[in-house]
This record gives sequence, C-alpha cells and structure tokens, in this order.
Amino acid sequence: MRDALRSHTIEVRLAVVLAVLCIALSLSAPQFATLPNLTSLLNNSAVNLIWAVGLLVVLIAGGIDISFAVASSVVQYVAAQLLMSVGGGNWLLGFLFCGSLGILLGLLNAWLIHGFRIISIVVTIATFNAFFGLLMFFSGGRNIYNLPDWWTARIFIFEHENAQGIWSELTLSVAVMIGCVIATWALIRRSNIGRQLYAFGDNPEGARRAGVNIAVMQGVAFGWMGLMAGIAGLCQVNIVKEVVPNALYGRELDVLAAVVLGGARLGGGKGTILGCILGVMFVAVTQNGLNLLGVSPFAFQMIIGAVILVAISTANIDLSQFFRNKEARS
Amino acid sequence: MTTAPAERFALRLHKVSKAFGGVQALNKIDFEVRAGEVHCLAGENGCGKSTLIKVVTGVHQPESADLIELFGARVDRITPVQARQRGVSVIWQDLALFPHMSVAENIAFDDLVGLRPRSVRYREMSARAGEVLERLGVSLPLTAPLNDLSIAQRQVVAIARALMNDAKLIFMDEPTASLTQSETDRLLDIVRKLSADGVAVVFVSHRLAEVLEIAERVTVVRDGNLVGVYPTEGMTQARLGELMTGHLIENKVDARDLPDAPVVFEARGLSRHGEFEDVSLTIRAGEVLGLTGLIGAGRTELAHVMMGMRRADAGSMTLEGSAFRPGSIREAIAKGMAYVSEDRLSLGLLQKQSIADNTVISVLRQLTTASGLISDRRKADLVRHWIRELGVKIGAPEDAISTLSGGNQQKVVLAKWLATEPRLLILDSPTVGVDVGARAGIFRIVRALAEQGLAILLISDEVTEVMHHSDRILHMADGRIVQAYDPRTVSVPQLEERIYA
Ligand SMILES: Nc1ncnc2c1ncn2[C@@H]1O[C@H](COP(=O)(O)OP(=O)(O)O)[C@@H](O)[C@H]1O
Ligand SMILES: [Mg+2]
Repeated sequence: MRDALRSHTIEVRLAVVLAVLCIALSLSAPQFATLPNLTSLLNNSAVNLIWAVGLLVVLIAGGIDISFAVASSVVQYVAAQLLMSVGGGNWLLGFLFCGSLGILLGLLNAWLIHGFRIISIVVTIATFNAFFGLLMFFSGGRNIYNLPDWWTARIFIFEHENAQGIWSELTLSVAVMIGCVIATWALIRRSNIGRQLYAFGDNPEGARRAGVNIAVMQGVAFGWMGLMAGIAGLCQVNIVKEVVPNALYGRELDVLAAVVLGGARLGGGKGTILGCILGVMFVAVTQNGLNLLGVSPFAFQMIIGAVILVAISTANIDLSQFFRNKEARS
Repeated sequence: MTTAPAERFALRLHKVSKAFGGVQALNKIDFEVRAGEVHCLAGENGCGKSTLIKVVTGVHQPESADLIELFGARVDRITPVQARQRGVSVIWQDLALFPHMSVAENIAFDDLVGLRPRSVRYREMSARAGEVLERLGVSLPLTAPLNDLSIAQRQVVAIARALMNDAKLIFMDEPTASLTQSETDRLLDIVRKLSADGVAVVFVSHRLAEVLEIAERVTVVRDGNLVGVYPTEGMTQARLGELMTGHLIENKVDARDLPDAPVVFEARGLSRHGEFEDVSLTIRAGEVLGLTGLIGAGRTELAHVMMGMRRADAGSMTLEGSAFRPGSIREAIAKGMAYVSEDRLSLGLLQKQSIADNTVISVLRQLTTASGLISDRRKADLVRHWIRELGVKIGAPEDAISTLSGGNQQKVVLAKWLATEPRLLILDSPTVGVDVGARAGIFRIVRALAEQGLAILLISDEVTEVMHHSDRILHMADGRIVQAYDPRTVSVPQLEERIYA
C-alpha cells in the first residue's frame, strides 16, 4: 500500500482530485452525472487521449513534440486526396494510409533530432510551422467536404435511449481510443522496447553504455507519436465529417498540459498510462463542468493554467512521507 | 610482450589510442588482464582509465589499435551488447543507472536491451535481482525507485547489475569512491570471491591502500601513456603515488603545538536530538583539527549546526570570544565561517557556470559597484588572484566548472570560500573523488592557510588523512566525541582499530 502510494503519488492525487471534482459537479450541475453527458464527454475526449498516449511515449523518452496536432491535419488532408484518388477506399485502407503517413511525419522529426543533434522542442516547433505552412499553402485554407462515405458514416459501439427519448451513444472513436491506450500500455509497460524508452529518457548516457540503440529509440518514440497522430486525424474526421485544415491548430498545448498534469516528467523517464488518462479526463471534466455551470470558456483556459501551476509546483511534495516512520535518518 | 598462450588472458590490448578533439586520452596503451586475476588500473584523474574501459566495451571506438583481444579471440569492432555477451561487465564510475526506474529493473536492465521485441516479466526480474543481492549479502527494496536509495546503496545496485550476467571480466571504475570503510571491505570481499571463482576483475581506484590490498598486479597510466605494470607484492603506497604522479609525495605526521594561539571557535555541550550529543571542542587560530569516525557518526550534522544550517537543541558556541548562534548559513558566513561541503558536486558548485562565476559567487556584494552592477574588472582581479594562489589548472576562467578534474574543482570550491575571508574553515571530506597528486596540492594549501592563522576543522573518514594533516584528532562515534589523539603519539593502525572496532 505504501509502496503503491509512493510510486504513484501523482496518479493517486489526481484520482482523488478528479473524484472530488466529479462529486462536486454532480451535486451542482444536475446534467453532469447523466448518461448522455458522460458518453459525450468520452466521445469528445477520444481524439485528445489518442494524442496524449502518443505524446506520453515521447515524453518518457525524454523528448517533446509540438507538431503532432498539425501533423494530424496534414494526414487528414493528404489521406483525403489519396483515398479519393484510389476510388474512396475503406476503413482498412484509411487506417493504413493515415497510420503510415503519421509514422512518416514522426520519423521525420526523429531523424532531424537524432541526425542533426537538435533538441526536440526546437525541431518540432520548426516542423509544426513547416507542416502548417505547407498545409495552408496546398489546401488554400479550404475545407474538404467531399469525403468517402465510410469515413463520415456514424458508427456506434453503444446506443441507449432513455425515458425522455434522449440518445446516449459511444462512437467508433472511443473504441479506437481504447485500442490505442491498450497498445501504448503494452508498449511501454510490457515490452522490452518500452522499458528501453524509459531508460533512454531517464539517463541517455547510461542507456547508451548499456547498448540501447538510441537512434531506434528516437524513431520508436516519435514514430509512435506519429502513428497516434495519424489515427487521431482519421478519427477526428469521422467525428466532424469534414477536413478543416486549421481545425486542430493549437490543440497540442491542451494535450501537452493534460499529459504533464498526469505526471509525465518533462525531461524523461517517468509517466504512466493511468496518469495520462486521468490528466486528459481531468481537463475534459473541468471544461465540461464549467460549460454546464455556464462559465465563460475563457475562464477555462485560465483555470487549466492555474491547475497546472499548482500541480507542477506541488509535484515534489511526497505524499507518502505521511506514512513513513521515523527510522529515516541519514 | 608475454608468450603465454592467449586463452590465459581475459583481455589483451596492444597499442590502443583514443583522442577527444585535442585531448589524447589514450596513447598507444598496452594492457593485459589474466583470467581470474584482480588487476588494478591506477592513475590520476583524467589519465584515461574510464576511456580505456569504454574502448574495451565498445562505448567508444578506438581511433587506432593493433590488437584488442577478449578471452583469446580478436575483436575488431565491438558493441556494448556484444561485449556483455562475451562476458564483460562494467560498474561505471558514474554508475550509469536509471533514477526513476525500480531497483529490480536497474539490476536486471541489461536483459531488456536489444531490438528483438519481447515481453517483460516483472516477477522473474525481481526474483533474479533478489538472488544477486542475496549473493552480495544485502537487502534492498526491490520495487522502490532508485532515487530513494543512498549513494552507497546505488553503488550496490551497480555492483549487482554487473554480477547479473555471469561475467568473466568485470571492470570496476572507482567503485569505492562513495563507500564507507566497512562497505568497502565488503566490496573487497566480493572481489576476492569473484576472483576465486575465476572471474577477472579490473579495479580502478584512487585509494592506494585498497589497490595494494586487493590486486595482484597494477598497471599505472599517466596522461594517457602506459607507465608500467607492477606486481603489488613489495610495492608501497609512496612508490605507487610517485609512479602515478611522476613526483614524490610525502606523507608524514606534521602536527604542531599551538598552546598560545587564541581560541577561534569553541563549542560546549552541543546536542541535536538523534544526531549528536554533548559535543565540546575548541579550535585555535592556525590549528588544523581533524575530526574522524565512521560515516553516520554525526560529523556532517555537527558541521551543519556550526554553519547555521540547522539549530542545536542544547549547548553553546562562541566564535572569537563572542556568543555564536547563527540562524542561517548567510549569518554564519558573514561572521567568518566557511564550509566546503562533503557533496561539492551538487552543493558546492554550479556545474554549468564558469570557473570565474563559481569563484566569486559568495562575494558578489563585495564586487558590486555604486551603480548596483557587478564590476567585471574587480571580478577578474579576484578570480586571477585565487587561481594563482591555489594553483588551479584551468583553460580559461570562462570555461564551465565541469571541464575541471575533481582536484581542481575542489580548489575552486576552496577559492570560493576563501574569497569570503573566513576565520574558521570547515572541510568536510575534502578529498572524496580527488586523486593523490591533487590531494597533496589541496593539503599544501590547507597547511599554508593554517600557517596564516586560519582555524581549520578537517572532517574525514580516511584515517591517514587526519593523521598526516592535522594538529589534533577527535574521534567521533554515534554522535559523541569519544577520544582526542595527538597524531605524534598514535599510529595509523592503532587509530584505525579504534574507529572500526
Ligand atoms: N566524451 C569525452 N569528450 C571529450 N573529452 C573526454 C571525454 N571523455 C573523456 N575525455 C577526456 O579524456 C581524458 C581522460 O578521461 P577519463 O578516461 O575519464 O579519465 P579517468 O577515468 O582516468 O579519470 C580527460 O582529459 C577527459 O577530459
Ligand atoms: Mg574515470
């Protein structure tokens, strides 16, 4: 028990805060704890969480990525063009196209970082601008509505109609999100590749001396982020049913904030899937709650900012010290 | 070169060179380790010992090598993984562990390396790590993050990791640097046991006594060049120090009587609950008072109280005749106290800042002009003065501190404190990680400072150090001063026996 608290301080704390928040909201906003609201909360979080687990992998490996949301837009745009040119395609082709395009963009980042020894924040700010500039140039900023039918079709994995005739449903994106979360968990927690990512993020020189292949680790981290960005792009089109070139611009910082809130360490070596989920859900619930309470959306940005400051500045306070006996003496 | 059959050697290097930019870290080095032998690699800081290990294990590629041979098989290009597969393990000087990963995972990490995807079995990992620790006769919390462990415990983790892979050749790069005497003894026992099992151990150390105790042969390297290979039988510490540094190092008791010198500092019945009790001591102007004892005896805690970093529960202190009860380290410094901490690398220096900035950091106010800005000229003067005074070997004052060797870093820490013009200087384990040559330099400075009238408290758990460089010795155990000694009337073995008994 003490061990679990010790190694998951941030997750435990965030779970408690999230639970308190949910209880407070269910008391103050009657719509909050209803099935339609909770399912739409999940639907709206799907894309964010897919990005978040990708970003988690990059953070664990000691990097950072600013370009992923724009990369998703690039993937959407290019995939739309490609799919129409092969006669529309289908879900399988969609996943293949979007996934591999995303991986390519991620590998581009990895190559720039590793090949030229530039730190990841500089590289991904550069690619963020480059991706966005190119996208706006080629698309002319115009939305694409002409998409294959399968892509915009509504697919539900869960439907329920309540007594008032209001539907609650979970979209395909939620299933995809669950798949991405499980796959990422398997990667970072259950596979030796993932453990090498942690080691590389924790102590790059130590990892190198142990024989960890650094180039491949960068490739895996940013490639995985790219794959998630591609899949997130695919899902987002399915939700909004159009490709809007600048729709995702700016979302990267919200996701980054959520992942850091969930305990991933800027600088590498630390971060869990659980924390990542809690971080994303915390941001989503806060936004949803403020919405239901009729608070201005601008207040939301401010509150999230304040929460992150508090979370990061108290991250060093060790909860488990309350459980420690006196024996500790140097 | 010897004509013995090649299989009898765990490792043979012939004319191996490696340069970093302009620095020739290894210059046509020959090096041989026999199977099952304990071999010491000795040399001053920066002479290339760690680089040699990195070349053998494929962390660095040599720029030229006539021969690298492991267990009788020639090696042309090796990677760290291949080196490990052939039975070579390393305990790195900086440990190269992973602070946020669990102890078990740190120990078993090498099993996870490689690009062939496979699943991690945590239970098996813990079991294997636990087994190795058992073999070492220690118990550590396997699931705790490495971060939670003390430096000495982390050292044990690094040792356990090296033993995981059934190595036939283990390099230990300064494994005792942060261990206490009893922990060191345990490590030396392990080395002997490994050697008896046929494992060759290459032991890198600054501590000459250890080298002579554990190794059969010693290879001495100076400035990247091979000095020679010697049997340890018949070798003395003095001779070895001379070979390493290229000049003679004198170590003799040099205590003086200073009955007439004024008392600078006095403590009466100083206590702090759970740390030390009823400590009384006086230090006179110009005196070097040695304070020795095991780690954990409360010496560092005492120093912290003297520096105002913690408060005593009972007792009193006087500094130059007036009551002294510092409420903060700033107050203590202002009243004339200076403290070179045990952990200079993290507490004493700003590693990424320049040598000049580190030197002046504690006297910035003195350098400030009427306009409230730092005077560059005054700063440069001060830095130049101290670099000359202490003989610090540097490239330029603007270089980062991290470019200096341990001994020279320690001198910069000294300079930083001396710039505050203290009355009492506390040196807490000043030579940890500093090699013989540089140690001699530091103690020359300490002695010169004492002759100028500075009172010095020298805290060290190396008995030879307090014997040779202090005027009086206090032995502290379990938070109490148990006995005072005159270095002229006690011998090193006698004192060691008292302390480690
Ligand atoms: N990665 C590196 N880059 C540049 N110089 C290095 C590097 N590693 C070691 N050196 C230099 O090579 C010399 C030998 O260093 P090292 O092998 O670490 O010495 P030792 O282990 O004997 O103290 C030193 O002058 C050091 O500054
Ligand atoms: Mg070294």
